[in-house]
Amino acid sequence: KGRRKRTRRDQDDKGRKRDEEVQAKIKSGKSAKTRKHIKYEKKRKMEEKLEVEEGEGEERHAKRKRKHGSANKEERDEDGRKRTVKEKAQGVKRKKHKKVQRHLTHLLCHSSEPSEEEDNDEEDNEEVEVRPESLSSEELEKLKEAVDERKKLIQVLRGKPWPMKKKCVTLWILKKESQEFVEKYEGALGKGKGRKLYAYKVMMTKKWMKFQRDFENFKTACIPWEMKIKEIESHFGSSVASYFIFLRWMYGINMILFCLTFGLVMVPEALMGRPYGTIPRKTVPRAEATSAMDFAVLWDFGGYAQYSVLFYGYYNNQRAIGWLKFRMPLSYFLVGVGTVAYSYMVVIRTMARNANESGVGDDNSFNFNWKMFTSWDYLIGNPETADNKFASITTSFKEAILEEQESRKDDNIHLTRFLRVLANFLVLCCLAGSGYLIYFVVRRSQKFALDGLENHSWWERNEVNMVMSLLGMFCPMLFDVISALENYHPRVALQWQLGRIFALFLGNLYTFIIALMDEINLKREEEKIIKFNITTWEASLYNGTVSENSTAPPVTIQPADVPRGPCWETMVGQEFVRLIISDTMTTYITLLIGDFLRAVLVRFLNYCWCWDLEAGFPSYSEFDVSGNVLGLIFNQGMIWMGAFYAPCLPALNILRLHVSMYLQCWAVMCCNVPQERVFKASGSNNFYMAMLLVILFLSTLPAIYTIVTIPPSFDCGPFSGKQHMFDVIQETLELDFPAWFGKVFSYASNPGLVLPFILLMVLAIYYLQSTSKSYKEANVELKKKLQTVTQISFSPLALM
Amino acid sequence: MTNADSSSFRLHGRYRELAPHLVPLDYTNNPDIRVPPTLIVTMPELKENPFRDRIVETFSEDGHGNLSFNDFVDMFSALCETSPRELKTIYAFKIYDFNRDNFICKEDLKKTLNKLTKGELSPEEVLLVCDKSMEEADLDGDSKLSFSDFENMVSKAPDFLRYGSTSSTTKRGGKSTWLPLHNI
Repeated sequence: KGRRKRTRRDQDDKGRKRDEEVQAKIKSGKSAKTRKHIKYEKKRKMEEKLEVEEGEGEERHAKRKRKHGSANKEERDEDGRKRTVKEKAQGVKRKKHKKVQRHLTHLLCHSSEPSEEEDNDEEDNEEVEVRPESLSSEELEKLKEAVDERKKLIQVLRGKPWPMKKKCVTLWILKKESQEFVEKYEGALGKGKGRKLYAYKVMMTKKWMKFQRDFENFKTACIPWEMKIKEIESHFGSSVASYFIFLRWMYGINMILFCLTFGLVMVPEALMGRPYGTIPRKTVPRAEATSAMDFAVLWDFGGYAQYSVLFYGYYNNQRAIGWLKFRMPLSYFLVGVGTVAYSYMVVIRTMARNANESGVGDDNSFNFNWKMFTSWDYLIGNPETADNKFASITTSFKEAILEEQESRKDDNIHLTRFLRVLANFLVLCCLAGSGYLIYFVVRRSQKFALDGLENHSWWERNEVNMVMSLLGMFCPMLFDVISALENYHPRVALQWQLGRIFALFLGNLYTFIIALMDEINLKREEEKIIKFNITTWEASLYNGTVSENSTAPPVTIQPADVPRGPCWETMVGQEFVRLIISDTMTTYITLLIGDFLRAVLVRFLNYCWCWDLEAGFPSYSEFDVSGNVLGLIFNQGMIWMGAFYAPCLPALNILRLHVSMYLQCWAVMCCNVPQERVFKASGSNNFYMAMLLVILFLSTLPAIYTIVTIPPSFDCGPFSGKQHMFDVIQETLELDFPAWFGKVFSYASNPGLVLPFILLMVLAIYYLQSTSKSYKEANVELKKKLQTVTQISFSPLALM
Repeated sequence: MTNADSSSFRLHGRYRELAPHLVPLDYTNNPDIRVPPTLIVTMPELKENPFRDRIVETFSEDGHGNLSFNDFVDMFSALCETSPRELKTIYAFKIYDFNRDNFICKEDLKKTLNKLTKGELSPEEVLLVCDKSMEEADLDGDSKLSFSDFENMVSKAPDFLRYGSTSSTTKRGGKSTWLPLHNI
């Protein structure tokens, strides 16, 4: 026993000497100063100990061996083995747990010397014997508790800023304890099996965590164009990047719309409907057959392009097609309604989500500090990435600096207000003027159309388009100049600019719709005439063959020869498609000439020009956020308006957006320079969403109007032969659903039921809005309280 | 070999490849070898980091950046993504404290900022940012940041100290090629 005690004490002394060295080394090193606070107590105790203890030969040996402590596995093993041999016969576990836990907790929380406590511990417990078989369930529980305690202590240990040596000493002690534990209670813990199962579980947990991490990374890598946008953001700031994020979001919406129209409308008709050429509406008329394949005609979406699944007119009005009995007209109608409903839902949901986020993440209390201390990504190892990161950090600082400078601006408020009112007045005059001009020009063109277009000059024929283009070019520049009077924060100025150009473009929309309505009316007149003509034509077919009283045998006529109605729906679809195509072309050409060519000229002519082209006029262009955003929004409005009449529009738009993304990303990085004053885009993007919502509303109105009031063409499209397009719903209810369903529906659509329901919804909206307002106020109050509490809790420090 | 042992073996390999002529393969005699900072900052994990010199200095015992193997292990265990937040805060404070007086004063802030922006900001802008930072975080009013000020500020950060975490590839992190420290 005595021998055991002595050798044990040697071990303890070794440990102590180890720590002494650690302390000594720290003392000598310069870094002692920084660790002073934490190590002070320990040093004091160490000094006391040194006076008390005597050196031994073994201690010196231990010194040499333990100089670099940690990584030496053999040492640990050797000691451990020695220990276990001695201690196998010891210890009641209950007492032992508590003591071990106590001393280890003490060790870690109070940074005190481990070995003295350890000494007492060992001496107390060496007499008691172990009885693994006599473990009851509560003792097992205690065992588990002890294991958990151990784990907790190890966690605490990891959080201490101690040097590796010291940590390893403590860990070594812990390991020693646990080894005893395990070897003693192997029987109770289920010998080899239990341990293996536990190890397996631990390994699986680790693997699962790793898998989750990798999956998160993979999910992020899957976000399309994320890297491109990040690069743009780091060089140009968040306002330019917000345009591209908006573009990407639009792409997502259009993808869904495309899937709906393609999957539920175009594909069924193409696969299961009657093939090309079998019925008149699906065949190119004889008169146009020769030119049907010409590129010019196809580019204009006539010829074969017109008589295909791309447009409304191709679809047959057969109620159910194919072996699936697919209800084509119903599907067409529901997809049309569904695209609009889906778009509303998505826009409003995004607005709501943005509103939520802006409330939560709005903590600006340590903005500059966070930018300084937490913005660098310590994982970066790639020089290019590092460059991007530096650029992005600099840009973000510039944005924050701008915000700060703006908030410090202290102008004469009356002058500012007066100037702003003046500016708005000027803008209103401008808008009113252009509105009247548009109205006037449209009336004139209507008159010209009535006179016959051939009588007028080129200018008079294209007056509307020219006026619109000119207005679109010069008015935004005028608005820009006027906004210099207002002296707003750049972000706010951008929003005003967007709003004004939006109002201007509404005029554009107005002319387009008027023109369209005129054409529709024309076509309908034509249709009436043709209908009348067809009856006479049919009569003439039978004229020569039979007498009036017998039933006429069916006369086979080539579908291409049958006279056709003008099919105004296809015409509408074609107009929209042409508009989208021309818009796209204009945008790309402006981009190439306005940005790319300009950049090339500035770059290369600079060598042989009198003044510095790069610094003065014309210099490189800046990315026009407002113009591009509005272009995107109005484009989407066109899609929504025309998708019912031309199911190919979402597909076209997907293509356009895809190309736009790559082209514009390239153009921005290659030809543009960052703005002088880089400002942070409003985090929520709700402004764009609000405009989109307005456009959505405005563009679905004409479509709904035409669907509800104008009767469909008699010989083309899935609704031909019906009085109204929405009759298909009625028909489906009657024929496909059981009788009681129809009754329920008719009750539900009773105004007596609908009006109270609407009233209820209005009340619900009012209630929800008032509760959300009160929550916001409570939130602000709590934030304020939190700030004052933090400040109060720190003020005592100032007194120290 | 257990997991811990294989990790330490790999770490030793990394340490050795920095200076194969200095670092012996055999550590059983615990030789007193230190690798100079000029070699350590060539490691891929530290190469692009603007604070690499400060990091190496903080973990060295002599304060000049010469790391022994133990210091090397210390450094990586602190920068590892599984290391606890409190530990990272402590070391972050040390790293940003350039003059090692246990306070982050305005000079330290200026140096940090210049390292971060590579000198792109004008002197007035630098001054503005440092003033604002001091104003925001200095709670006891001594115009320098003590550790408690620093800790208070950092603990509230929404995107805190992603020394080695996956979310750096998500929202505002920028591109990061993966040299995950947890693999060591």
